[in-house]
Amino acid sequence: MKIKSKLLTLFASTVVTGAALAAPLSFDFKDPKGVNNAVFKLDAPLEAINGSANGISGTVLFDPANPAATKGKIVLATESLTVPNTMMNGHMHSPMWMDVAANKEITFEAKALKNVKTAGDKTTADAMGTLTIKGVAKEVTTPISLTYLKDKLGQRVPNMKGDLLVIRTSFTIKRSDYGINPQAPEEKISDKIELTLSIAGAAAQK
Amino acid sequence: MKSFLRLLALLVFVGALVAWFGTGANRGWTKTSEPVKTMDDVTGIEGITYQKRFVPGLDFLGASMLGAGLLTGVSFLFRNQNHPTKTAS
Repeated sequence: MKIKSKLLTLFASTVVTGAALAAPLSFDFKDPKGVNNAVFKLDAPLEAINGSANGISGTVLFDPANPAATKGKIVLATESLTVPNTMMNGHMHSPMWMDVAANKEITFEAKALKNVKTAGDKTTADAMGTLTIKGVAKEVTTPISLTYLKDKLGQRVPNMKGDLLVIRTSFTIKRSDYGINPQAPEEKISDKIELTLSIAGAAAQK
Repeated sequence: MKSFLRLLALLVFVGALVAWFGTGANRGWTKTSEPVKTMDDVTGIEGITYQKRFVPGLDFLGASMLGAGLLTGVSFLFRNQNHPTKTAS
């Protein structure tokens, strides 16, 4: 009778532990170190504009045992968009361009991954999701890489235990598709915007 | 006055050139801050912060040349000082 009871307890604890291990980890991308960033480049024949933004937040659900099931949402605060010229920065934030007062966020909501390949702690895939800029939402597919760094949170944030997830992606969008001053001449301000995102999220152990 | 304006134009021209070359001959727009990259050792991500620094660009150089040209142009509006000339009697 005692053996039966012990076996049942062992079975129950195995099931519970297994379920806990199978659950995806929730990674928070609000970076306390402020390193997470998005870089944008517009390369027109007459003028090249480079800038960046670091107001990144959002949550991604990632299961190390099943990276293909990754889903989540990354948010970029438009106020953090910066170019190295104060006057150009003002123009970029104005209603004619990004209209940051009315459109406070740029979001990308990943709905599914395809062409998933995992080697060690690194996964590459094509992320399909919705990119919303200036109130215009469009379905996009972008190549991404996910690097799962188990137990590395403590090395980055002292006195914390947990895992890190590094996401990198690079893709191009059209300024005119999102209503970002579509009348602006393309020889001065490129219609193509190259976006590069390098972000790390943390899943702290509770 | 004429000489003063021309000297000022020369100073503006040379000063702008020296400032432009001295800060790295930036062929883009003038920058009022510069991106500084820092590597996060754990994640390998290059973080970007901005440091306030004036880096003159081609627009600064152009505006300075225009200013120097204007000063030179204005100098032509002033007459040469009349020096009494000796006439042979």
